[in-house]
Amino acid sequence: MIGFITRRLLQSIVVVLLVTVIVFILLHLLPGGPARAQLGTRATPAAIANFNHQMGYDRPVPVQYWDWLKHLVTGNLGFSVKFNQSVSSLIGERLPKTLVLTVLSTLFALVVAIPLGMIQAVKRNHAADYTITCWAFIFYATPPFFLGVVLIVVFSVYLPILPAEAPQSSSLGVILSQPAGLILPVLTLALVTIAQFSRYMRSSVIENLAEDYVRTARAKGAGERIVLIRHVLRNSLIPVATLLGLSLPTIFSGALITEAVFNFPGIGQLFWTAAQTQDYPIMLGITVLVGLATVIGSLLADLAYAVLDPRVRYA
Amino acid sequence: MTAIPADDAALADSPHVRGPKGRGTVARTVSAFVESKLAVVGLGIVVAFIVFCYVGPLVYHTDQVHIDLSQATLPPSGAHPLGTNEVGYDQLGRLMVGGQSSLEVGVAAALLATVFGTLWGAIAGYAGGFIDSAMMRIVDALLAVPALFLLLFLASIARPTIGLLILVIAFISWLGPARLVRGQALTLRTRDYVTSVRLMGGGPLRAILRHIAPNTIGTVVVNATFQVADAILIVAALSFLGLGIPPPAANWGDMLSNGINYTYDGYWWLIYPPGLAIVLVVVAFNLIGDALRDSFEVRLQKR
Repeated sequence: MIGFITRRLLQSIVVVLLVTVIVFILLHLLPGGPARAQLGTRATPAAIANFNHQMGYDRPVPVQYWDWLKHLVTGNLGFSVKFNQSVSSLIGERLPKTLVLTVLSTLFALVVAIPLGMIQAVKRNHAADYTITCWAFIFYATPPFFLGVVLIVVFSVYLPILPAEAPQSSSLGVILSQPAGLILPVLTLALVTIAQFSRYMRSSVIENLAEDYVRTARAKGAGERIVLIRHVLRNSLIPVATLLGLSLPTIFSGALITEAVFNFPGIGQLFWTAAQTQDYPIMLGITVLVGLATVIGSLLADLAYAVLDPRVRYA
Repeated sequence: MTAIPADDAALADSPHVRGPKGRGTVARTVSAFVESKLAVVGLGIVVAFIVFCYVGPLVYHTDQVHIDLSQATLPPSGAHPLGTNEVGYDQLGRLMVGGQSSLEVGVAAALLATVFGTLWGAIAGYAGGFIDSAMMRIVDALLAVPALFLLLFLASIARPTIGLLILVIAFISWLGPARLVRGQALTLRTRDYVTSVRLMGGGPLRAILRHIAPNTIGTVVVNATFQVADAILIVAALSFLGLGIPPPAANWGDMLSNGINYTYDGYWWLIYPPGLAIVLVVVAFNLIGDALRDSFEVRLQKR
């Protein structure tokens, strides 16, 4: 077990380093660059050269990378000229909001998807199963921004009961104090996840229902409810826990779109703004942060798998 | 090369494991696919859209190049069954033309991603050891960055064209097939017929191209079907983020994200037709993929 953890940890470090290298290379392949974006199309070559010199963009790429990496280790993600603020403070300001959005929607998705998947598995090939499967396919196939707009049309235009825009504030407290504004963004993000999770839950429960321990429990006279909740549910959650760890990138991609639809001031929106103005330090900082979260997520998923399922033993 | 999954390649000739009516693996796969009603529905939707997008413009002539502001945002009527958009293009005709590029980008990106991913995975799995680790860590690293974040990087390189869009989408889509194929290649390379290639003096290239890659075809085809669906969704997301193909070219994603600007003006015909077209086609490809997976998974079939 310890050997496995060490190996996975080392692998994770390599992966995170590769993420930084890939992102850095991609950024420096882009023509134009931040000087153009910052100084405008009519900037003189001299002004651009001066800007690049000031920002250190005229040094060789490996040198820039090494420098950036050294700063990264100390928590310094650089400075955004556009926002006139350090990247870490920008991210620190917006990350909690994205976390609120993603955590709430993931929790909501789990609370809905787990019972749905169980119902589908128990009523396999009955009307309920087909109905839920059908909706899961539809929600999975709907572009999140289209879903968001449909929700806005229904709940803000026809039945004006919910605001169409997320609360606007730089403080997390203000956003949390207007929960009505969070309902539509959380729902938008959750619906796609529910579609995905319920499919997994369904097949996981179906697999577990065929196991010997279920037959044993039934033979011992356990009621169907006890069998389902005490035995099948607990074992069926194992793959869902793994899936949760692996779906972080998807959830962040969804958050980016959702934030754009509802004008939600999170890191997705920050990244989008930064991409439009080619604000390198912000793009680098966010990507590395999300990459790190993903790597940790999949590491935890692997470990959770070993802890939750006694049959799994890593050498 | 026939579409026989690896496990059955040897068994297919043996009379004992044939289906109840003595059919072979290919026939069984095909019939399992046809028997799945959902697959037929999915295939029907895809064929209907192909006809709509490619034959439709031959019957229903519209001008999709010159703007006509006097005809802008007309509601549906006899002359324009689905109305017109904000610069006067006929919406029904645009749906046909836009569908062409949505489908083309989806299929081309999926094909490119699948071929590249399959080769990458087959090489990594066949090579094993350090090469395998190095190649798969690159895949892990790219997977750790959310797809949309990578796309925003790549798509901001230049003014998007169809070719660039296909490349960019393929760039983030090859990771899935690479992982799947690598997993299969790890077991395939120990098979007798692969080791005998080596014994007979065949190089690694021959083993990978002629024996390993073709034997993963089942997994690969299923995955490619899902890739088409995902690619169409990615095009839509990129259009929404302002990185679509500039007009007069059209695709459903651009049409939908354009229409969304008019949510509050009540121009529903600009939003729902392209939106529904995307949902229907993506559902259809997912249905086909699911049915294909079931029909390749011999394990799940009643023999």
